[in-house]
Amino acid sequence: MSKKTMTLKLFEKKLQKELKIGEFVLVEVDKALGNDITAPVAINEFEKINNECPVYDPDQIILVPDHFTPNKDIKSAMQVKKVREFAKKYNIKNFFEVGRVGIEHVLLPEQGLVKSWDIVVGADSHTCTYGALGAFSTGVGSTDLAGVFLTGKAWFKIPESLGVRLKGKFNKYVSGKDLILKLIKILGVNGANYKAIEFFGEGVTNISMDSRFTISNMAIEAGGKAGIFPIDHITKEYEKQRGFDVETLEPDEDAPFIKILEIDLSEIKSQVAYPFLPSNCKDIDEAYEDKIKIDQVVIGSCTNGRISDLREAAEIIKGHKVAEHVRCIIFPGTQEIYKQAISEGLIQVFLDAQCAIAPPTCGPCLGGHMGILAEGEKAVSTTNRNFVGRMGHIKSEVYLASPAVAAASAVAGIIAGPENL
Amino acid sequence: MELKGKVFKFGDNINTDEIIPARYLSTSDPYELAKYCMEDARAGFGQREDIKGSIIVAGENFGCGSSREHAPISIKYAGISCVIAKDFARIFLRNCINIGLPIIEMPDTDEIDEGDELKINFDQGIIMNLTKKKEYKINPYPDFLQNIIKSGGWLNYAKTLLKNKEQE
Repeated sequence: MSKKTMTLKLFEKKLQKELKIGEFVLVEVDKALGNDITAPVAINEFEKINNECPVYDPDQIILVPDHFTPNKDIKSAMQVKKVREFAKKYNIKNFFEVGRVGIEHVLLPEQGLVKSWDIVVGADSHTCTYGALGAFSTGVGSTDLAGVFLTGKAWFKIPESLGVRLKGKFNKYVSGKDLILKLIKILGVNGANYKAIEFFGEGVTNISMDSRFTISNMAIEAGGKAGIFPIDHITKEYEKQRGFDVETLEPDEDAPFIKILEIDLSEIKSQVAYPFLPSNCKDIDEAYEDKIKIDQVVIGSCTNGRISDLREAAEIIKGHKVAEHVRCIIFPGTQEIYKQAISEGLIQVFLDAQCAIAPPTCGPCLGGHMGILAEGEKAVSTTNRNFVGRMGHIKSEVYLASPAVAAASAVAGIIAGPENL
Repeated sequence: MELKGKVFKFGDNINTDEIIPARYLSTSDPYELAKYCMEDARAGFGQREDIKGSIIVAGENFGCGSSREHAPISIKYAGISCVIAKDFARIFLRNCINIGLPIIEMPDTDEIDEGDELKINFDQGIIMNLTKKKEYKINPYPDFLQNIIKSGGWLNYAKTLLKNKEQE
């Protein structure tokens, strides 16, 4: 039998037949996701072509208005209204209202709406996050989402895979964010274009579920179609808590990877991605030397808004105050994470340090609302993109980093690591 | 299909935040989006009269970043007839095929400059640079994608598939 990548195994299991890399396939997806930016376009397209028929399967569809919510202005309110009314009309029960909504890619795994072995599409580029569960999950456009409304299916070209063999263990204050930034630096922002990135090797067992989500989340920043982890005892435990008993998954030895990168987790240092590409990374020691004065720190997002991110930030911020010239805004990823952070005393730590706590929302990550930068301002952010104007003014700058570096920078007032405090 | 137009030239890694910044995403109206097409790559671009029927030519990784279909929609409704780049980010390419915005991958875009006049013949698979008197061959898309393009986009194709299934 030929050797197989995880990508190929996931598609073969779903379609119950032998497939080849490079083949085009139509797949009935397990779940399809839209948000308040992308779902309205899908709804427009669907309603243009569909004559009042029901959607193919309402339980396949998940609608998460998380980008511009709580509604930032009248236009955004109208967009969410359109999505809400669509959900009601077509009996889509997985529509999440403010108060229940979380950041989509944090919310869906938490709620058990996506799981290992699933094939998922989402009209949001960071849908690749669920690869952490050992699922094939990828970002698509609104028309693809409308296609799922109509037929339940999406088209895929089964991608080639790029392997990343991991060994060792992260040092203290180094996490998944640093690994993925380093990998993007190595690959470049289009180094994995059209390809699935597959992680494997003994080092995988030293990476927590939360860090795996962060790593898979940013596969797209190297152009990746997916970022897939094996299903091991850590995944199985996570899924068990959600009521799923899942089979393990790993790539075959000598699977046909187009390239294999070897990374020792213990050699990775905290990374800072300078404007204006996520690949533009420096090690923290070097970045600290630059003494870059910052105006804002954002901790949260689909990349780093999970409980272990908040724990790490709180551990560093505890007993300090945010520097006088800095605004530090914390975005817990979901209501559950918010509650957990309260019960663990993390929110108290942030409030005592004079951070602002926001509701779960994508908010400033894409320059939406709740922390937009003015001309010339600089931010350290745990989000995923630092493109020109991403968080506000076209002459503002975003530096991407881990929650540990973001928290330390908030206290120091310049880009700094926890060791520099 | 044949088209002719003037080139507007852009660089590498033109991302979807530059093509249509998030501050304009509070609407899904294509003509409204068209006004801000390429806004953060070149301010005011979407509101120029001379972009109708023109061709965008760029370097590597055009359309990287977010999955927002608003990006190719804004280009299409601004009247840009085609985008040529060394390569496209995956989701952007997918979106263009799904909505029927013609795009071409070709390695030699460095040889094309702002203001050049291009003639593209899709049936023959040829790009002619009328200004520089040069000719380039285009690689055809795989059959699966050509069928989507011929149907006028993914939804039309998907609907045909549904109909065929009902008749089975």
